[in-house]
Amino acid sequence: MRSNMLIWGGGVTLLLLIAGYLMPKWALFLCTMAMSHGLVSLGIVVLMRSGVVSFGQGFSFAIGGYCTAFMTNFFGVTDAFLLVMSSGAASVLIALPFAPLLSRYRGIFFAMLTLAISMVLYGVLVKTTELGGSDGFNVSRPTLFGMELDNENANMVLYQLAAVIVGVALTWSRIYTQSTRGLVSLAVREAELRVEYLGASVASTIATNYLVAAALGGLGGALTVLALGHIDPNFSYWTTSGEFVFVAILGGHYSMTAVFLGSLLVEIVRSFSNLYFPNTWQLAMGLFLLVVIRFLPHGLGSLWRRGSTGDQQ
Amino acid sequence: MLLLTILADGVIYASWLFIVALGLTLIFGVLKILNIAHGSFYAVGAYAAASFVAWFVSMDMAPEWSILAMLMAAVATAALLAPLTEQGLLRFFYGRDEVLLVLVTYALFLILEDVTKLVWGPTPYYVSEPYTLFGNIEVGPLFYVGYDAMLVVFAILCGIGVWWALNRTKTGKVVLAVIHSDEVASSMGVNVSRIYTFAFAFGIFLAALAGALTAPMVSVQPGLASGVIIVSFAVVIIGGLGSIQGAAIGALIVGLARAAAVHTWPAAELFSVYVAMAIVLIFRPEGLFQRVQARKI
Repeated sequence: MRSNMLIWGGGVTLLLLIAGYLMPKWALFLCTMAMSHGLVSLGIVVLMRSGVVSFGQGFSFAIGGYCTAFMTNFFGVTDAFLLVMSSGAASVLIALPFAPLLSRYRGIFFAMLTLAISMVLYGVLVKTTELGGSDGFNVSRPTLFGMELDNENANMVLYQLAAVIVGVALTWSRIYTQSTRGLVSLAVREAELRVEYLGASVASTIATNYLVAAALGGLGGALTVLALGHIDPNFSYWTTSGEFVFVAILGGHYSMTAVFLGSLLVEIVRSFSNLYFPNTWQLAMGLFLLVVIRFLPHGLGSLWRRGSTGDQQ
Repeated sequence: MLLLTILADGVIYASWLFIVALGLTLIFGVLKILNIAHGSFYAVGAYAAASFVAWFVSMDMAPEWSILAMLMAAVATAALLAPLTEQGLLRFFYGRDEVLLVLVTYALFLILEDVTKLVWGPTPYYVSEPYTLFGNIEVGPLFYVGYDAMLVVFAILCGIGVWWALNRTKTGKVVLAVIHSDEVASSMGVNVSRIYTFAFAFGIFLAALAGALTAPMVSVQPGLASGVIIVSFAVVIIGGLGSIQGAAIGALIVGLARAAAVHTWPAAELFSVYVAMAIVLIFRPEGLFQRVQARKI
C-alpha cells in the first residue's frame, strides 16, 4: 500500500516536471501559483477531515510569506529551497501556541477564532511600517542550490521547486490520511464522544491536523512570495482565507489530488475573468462556488472516489 | 479627560455597530446562519442612502427630509434583497452544516461585492446633508456632532424596540419559540418558514439601516462590506451568537476597546478588537450570553 503510494507520488512529480517543459511561460506561472495556493488548501482539507474548517488559513500563508521575504531582504538568505523549508518550520512554530487553544473549539467557533487570529496578524502587519505597512514590499530573486536565477529560467526553476514540494506533500498527505491518526480524524468528524470513549484523544488529533495545515500554509506562502516577488498584508486578510476555503470545498475531502485540480481551475477562472471581465470576477467566483456547493457538495474528488476512502456519506 | 473622550467615542462607535450586530445575531438565532453577506447588505444600505438623499436634495426638499430618505433606503434594500436571497438562494441550503452555510453566504458576499460596484461604480459617495442636522453638542469640555449623539439614542431605541417586540408581542414570542426549537414550534402549528422569511428580512433591514445611518459619517465606497462584517462578527461572538443583550454588551466592549486603542496606541486599532474577542473566548468559549446546551451523543 505504502510503496504503491510512493511510486504514485514519484510518477505524479515526474509528470509535473515533464509538463513544465511543454508549457508556455504564462501557463508555467499560473501553474506555480495554483500549486502553491493548492498547498494551503490541502492544509484546510486535512483539517476538514477532522470536522473543523479554518477561516484563517491566510495566517499561516502570511507567516510563511513574510518569513521568506524577511530572510531574503534582511538576512541575505537567497536559497529558495532553504527559504521554503524554514518558512514551513516557522509557520508551525508560530502556530504551536494556538493549537491547544483552538482544539477546544468546533464548528463556527473554530472558524471564527482562526479568522480572528489571522485578522490580528493583518492588523499588526498593516501598521508595521518596518515591513512596508499596507503596501508590503518587493522580494529579490532567490537562488537555488548555488545556481543564479535570471529572467529566463526563474519561472521554470520555481515551477520545478513547487512541483517537487507538491509531489512530496501530496504523497505524504495520502499516506497520512490512511494512517491511524488520519482515520481517527474521520471518526472525530462523525462522533467525537465515541472517539473519546474508545481511548483516542480528539483534542490532540485536531491540534496535530492544525499544525499540519500550518506547515502546508507556510510552504504555500513561501512559494507564492518567491514566484510573485512581492508581499503585502492582504496575504492575511480574511478574503484570502476565504479563497483557500473555496478551493478546499471545490476539491472536497475524498481526494487530495482533487484539491490541486480545484486550485488550478480557480486560478484559470481568475486569470481569464481578470482579462475579459475585470469588474465581475468576484461575481463569477461567487456563482461558481454556489453551483459547487449545490450540485457537487463533496467536491471534485467525489466524482471518482466516492466512498472508497472508507467513509460512507 | 482622555477617559471621557474614549468613553464618548467608544459609545458612538458601539451604537451603529450594535444595529449591525443586532441583525446578524437575530438572523443567526432564527435561521442558524452566520451571515457573511450581512456586511454587503450594510454596504448596499449605505449606497442606497446616498442615492436616496441625493434624490431628495435634487427635489429641493429641506435637509430634515434626508432622515426619511435614509429610512426609505433601508426599507427598499430589505424589501428588494430579502426575498431574493432568502427565497431564491438560502432556502435550498436550510438544514445543512453551519459552516457550509457560512460558505454560501460568502459566495453571496462575493456576488454582492461586484453587483454594488456595477450599480454604483467604484467612485466614493459623500452624504453630508444629514450630518449637520442636529448641530453640535457640548459634553463637558468636548464638542460632539449632534448627529453622532442622535445615533446613540437611535441605537438604544432599536435595542429596546426589538427586545419589546420579541418579549411582549405574540409574533415575537413565536419567533422566540422558533429560536428555541424550530421543530417543536412547527409541530405546535407555527409556520416556521414564514418566520424565517420575516426574521431574515428584518435582519437585512437592520443591516441596511445601520449602513444608511453611517453613510453621512464615512465615504461610501467599495470595501465597506468586508471591513464591517469582520468587526460585527467579533461583536456577536463576544456576546454569544443569537443573544440580543450579548450584541449590546459585545458592541460596547468592541467600541470601547477600539476607542481606547485609537487614543492611546493608534497602531493597535485593528487588532484591539480581536484581542478583546480572543480574551472573552478563552474564558467563555461560547460567548458571554450563550445558552447552555446539552451534549448530544
